[in-house]
Amino acid sequence: MALHNVVLPNEDSRQLLPIPKKEAKLYMSFMYVAFISLFIGGLMGLLQVLVRSGNFTLPFGIGYYQILTVHGVILALVLTTFFIIGFQFALMSKTVGMSDKQRNLSWLAFWIMTIGTIMTAITILLGKASVLYTFYAPLKAHPAFYIGLAFVIVGTWVAAFVNWRQLYLWKKKHPGEKSPLLAFMVTINMIMWFIASLGIAVAVLVQFIPWSLGYAETINVLVSRTLFWYFGHPLVYFWLLPAYMAWYAIIPKIIGGKLFSDSLARLSFVLFLFFSIPVGFHHQLTEPGIDPTWKFIQVVLTFMVIIPSLMTAFSLFATFEITGRRKGYGGLFGWFKHLPWKDVRFFAPFVGMLAFIPGGAGGIINASHQMNTLVHNTIWVTGHFHLTVATTVILTFFGITYWLIPHLTGRKLTKSVNRLGIIQTIVWGIGMLIMSGAMHIQGLLGGPRRSDYSEYGGTEQAVTWGAYQMAQAIGGTILFVGIILMVYIFIKLAFFSPKGDEEFPIAEEEENAEPTPMWMENWKLWVAITIALILFAYTIPFVDIIQNSPPGSVPFDWPIGNS
Amino acid sequence: MHFHKFEKIWLTFGIGALVLFLVILGYGAFYLGTHPQSHGLTIDPQNVEAHEAFKPENLGLTKVDEDRYIVNVVASAFNYDFGVDKEGNAVKHIEIPKGATVLFQVVTPDVIHGFNIAGTNVNMMVEPGYISSMEVEMNQPGEYTLLCNEYCGIGHHMMYTTVEVYE
Repeated sequence: MALHNVVLPNEDSRQLLPIPKKEAKLYMSFMYVAFISLFIGGLMGLLQVLVRSGNFTLPFGIGYYQILTVHGVILALVLTTFFIIGFQFALMSKTVGMSDKQRNLSWLAFWIMTIGTIMTAITILLGKASVLYTFYAPLKAHPAFYIGLAFVIVGTWVAAFVNWRQLYLWKKKHPGEKSPLLAFMVTINMIMWFIASLGIAVAVLVQFIPWSLGYAETINVLVSRTLFWYFGHPLVYFWLLPAYMAWYAIIPKIIGGKLFSDSLARLSFVLFLFFSIPVGFHHQLTEPGIDPTWKFIQVVLTFMVIIPSLMTAFSLFATFEITGRRKGYGGLFGWFKHLPWKDVRFFAPFVGMLAFIPGGAGGIINASHQMNTLVHNTIWVTGHFHLTVATTVILTFFGITYWLIPHLTGRKLTKSVNRLGIIQTIVWGIGMLIMSGAMHIQGLLGGPRRSDYSEYGGTEQAVTWGAYQMAQAIGGTILFVGIILMVYIFIKLAFFSPKGDEEFPIAEEEENAEPTPMWMENWKLWVAITIALILFAYTIPFVDIIQNSPPGSVPFDWPIGNS
Repeated sequence: MHFHKFEKIWLTFGIGALVLFLVILGYGAFYLGTHPQSHGLTIDPQNVEAHEAFKPENLGLTKVDEDRYIVNVVASAFNYDFGVDKEGNAVKHIEIPKGATVLFQVVTPDVIHGFNIAGTNVNMMVEPGYISSMEVEMNQPGEYTLLCNEYCGIGHHMMYTTVEVYE
């Protein structure tokens, strides 16, 4: 009897903590911004595919590139970042806890990010920043656009500091113990994000803001692009790693299994930290000013992420099979047939995983040095990242939403919402198959990305593209139906579902799991290797870029309709 | 740290395939010379005419030898300048015989542009301050759309011309 109250220190440290109401409100605030963004960004996407079908013109003098900028900024930067920071806070709170002081700082992070978002959004809506979300110089947006972006980034840094402090305090309280897996993963992701976003921060603060305000006459275009892509590739891993967190540590629980391997999961995250950043040149392969040997070196480094990706794929399917067999489903594929297909918490992320197979393969093509020339800046690329971020990542985020939102609001995921979620996932899969498929094919035929409807003088090639743009309009419309469904589900889960306790699923280790080696916690070493790789990949070519710089560029605002 | 036997096989096969793939890419790049364009030639973006190749009279298609051509282009928002024809009209269409070797040289005096002969590997970023150049053999006859594939402003999608490769 008395034994019941004795808690071994080891068990205590793995106990999941409850999320207090005050914290739930904070995490929900991030989610509100994320889902408002989903709706607005999705609506813009719908308008884009309709315009590109050639049968629709935007009303009220709204420009195509204005809505394209909204679409990119609000989905790629706002939706993802708010969802990820909110989700990661919830993971930290659940595994290592959050103090009052940390909560206040987290609110500060939220408000800095939100104010930045609003500033940027107003600038775009006024038509003063139709520069797309990559804002390549020397196109010049209104300074408020860049200042708003800087706020968003600084806000995420506050969140990163809070996350690190959370783990630090936990480790002080639990000396000699390994950190909880999810807290470890969040910390890795925020280290990567922080190191990467230093690049964009330097570009925005040192180059863009003074130049757009008129204090600096010219800007070094290639330096700004190099800094952007130093940030731009880890950005996609910043989206992907939270999905991996769910795949590694949450999905096994949902399907009734255990972690495949705690140490391999950590190892793969450490490898993602190493190889996500020193690789930006593979976005700049067709640029004239970068030495081709260094391009190739970064291509090789880019491909190193294939190793942790293979580990991830193995670990997922191993979990599926072990769990199925343990439940008694034998045969070659019996375990597969009996996965919980009717549980949307599993089904949505699973469809996301499937999309990552063609998504990853397409990524290999994109990064392939000379092969990139065939697809660079064609709509193939747009098709690619609609598979990766807009299917793999977002369907996993939706999969998280189904339990996280009711958990935070003290409600239940009901059977009917679960069914609606399954339908949503299927709608999304079909819509994306059509849209992304058409984009890939049109791209191989040479169709450009980021372009308003154009007949290109009626050339034969442009005529063949028309059919694919029509298919994109159909796929995009189906996807918008998916967005409406998801926003409805979110509102339902946040405000109207019946009260109850929804589980926060976190998988445990096997009873007899091999202990995770303690060198996994060698944070200083991981950061040092990451920085060493960055210095290796960037120092010489960056010095070369600066030493051989052409005269800088003055700002151009008339091409985007300002003057 | 423990790796499952199957995982070892999986990773060995995967990493082996990766190494082979990279060797092929490297062989193509360093031995066959198929690097993407990266010449690092600079130019003053505010004064591109100062460069011999981009003087107005040198723009457009020039035959330099039997089956060898040079195409000099100034890409600006939202137009490709191929110079003027005998009547003084802007050139909007160029014709190249099949099998010819063509050197494309492109610069921009304003913002970033793309230079893509759609469906081919003539695909370059054109950035202020640099000369983008690429030499190709045009072996597939047909009419191609040459278009801007990097966003350059509200008229971006109206920036195109045509290239014909004739038998």
